[in-house]
Amino acid sequence: MERIPVLRMGPLLLVTIQVDMHDKLALQLQDDITQRISELGSTGVLIDISSLEIVDSFIGRMLANIAAMSRVLGAEAVVVGMQPAVAITLVELGMSLPGVRTALSVEAGMELLIGAISNAAHGSEDEYSQT
Amino acid sequence: MNQLAEIISRNEDRIRTQWIDGMSKSVQRADLITKAELDEQCSAILTAIVAGLKSSGPADLMGGVAGAGWDSARETFQSISASRARQGFSTVEVATYVLSLKQPIFAAIRGTFKGNQDELFETIWAASELLDRLALVTTEAYMTTREELILRQQQELLELSTPVVKLWDGILALPIIGTLDSARTQMVMENLLQTVVATNSKFAIIDITGVPTVDTLVAQHLLKTITAARLMGAECIISGVRPQIAQTIVHLGINLEDVVTKAKLSDAFALALDRSGRYVARKSTAPPKANPVSALFERREE
Repeated sequence: MERIPVLRMGPLLLVTIQVDMHDKLALQLQDDITQRISELGSTGVLIDISSLEIVDSFIGRMLANIAAMSRVLGAEAVVVGMQPAVAITLVELGMSLPGVRTALSVEAGMELLIGAISNAAHGSEDEYSQT
Repeated sequence: MNQLAEIISRNEDRIRTQWIDGMSKSVQRADLITKAELDEQCSAILTAIVAGLKSSGPADLMGGVAGAGWDSARETFQSISASRARQGFSTVEVATYVLSLKQPIFAAIRGTFKGNQDELFETIWAASELLDRLALVTTEAYMTTREELILRQQQELLELSTPVVKLWDGILALPIIGTLDSARTQMVMENLLQTVVATNSKFAIIDITGVPTVDTLVAQHLLKTITAARLMGAECIISGVRPQIAQTIVHLGINLEDVVTKAKLSDAFALALDRSGRYVARKSTAPPKANPVSALFERREE
């Protein structure tokens, strides 16, 4: 069965979506990510969607859900590299994905995650000051 | 109707002279068109009418100038009125231009059918109907040209008025001038997001100094743009909020709480520099100030 790989990078998980998302794949990804977070005790998830060109309301909701679930499991999620067309579509669909952290590139996303993790490690309450 | 064609072609010179004379009294615009040009246009029109009358039967005429025989005449009228629209003639002037042809043609018909009341009336009625329809064709062509002109100008305005400028490495500015409607928002949004990707910019400053009024619709469009930019990982700052606009926003109950707003572009730029870990310092041999914020204020107080 087709699957989106979830890679481990130290305390982080790296997910790059390189194929067109369909609903089953999105649900599978949600299962995989939550499974891996609890298995490995990851503190951050980076989802790269720079190759994702088509998005619908379901996929949009899935992204928001994955971010919320990760937070419940104690990991920060950041979505990086969203294409302009995808961003416009989501806004037109009325999905502003509140609570999802975003970054322009994988590099910027990594920085954001590492910053957030070290903030959390130092017991800072002000987790969302950056968004 | 060949009779009418014959009358016109026989009296062509006289009709043309009278026509131009009549126009010079009412609507001839010497500042927009030269006498020679006008003369040429008039004779082209008369020739086209005669050709149309000769090639099409009375049935075609009653069906208006839609018949195949009138193609060349229609083209002539359309090209003339299109050129007049571009030269800046008014609607009344263009319509009167054709309608003022009535008097000289009627005079010519009257001269031909002296005493024959029935024939006179028939021919005058046919000529009158023909000229009315031609006037309609002309006015329509004039309107079409005008509309095309307006549409093209709108398009140009749309393209001209949405530049995205790079202020610094990673900081973009988008000065918006004019009212934001749906079509423009779409353009502005696409422009901004594409530039954000192309330049890998973390900050975008949307300057609304040139936006005359901010109502709920404009605010909604702004928020859409900002949300889309945030989804991609860029941060938006609104600047150029004038006192009246701030008052309107509060009175209308528009929620801009999640958006950073600043009064001036320079304030927004300072904030973006600060957030990206930079500061502006005075050029001197002394080591830079430890506090970036106070260094910024010092610079602005000069």
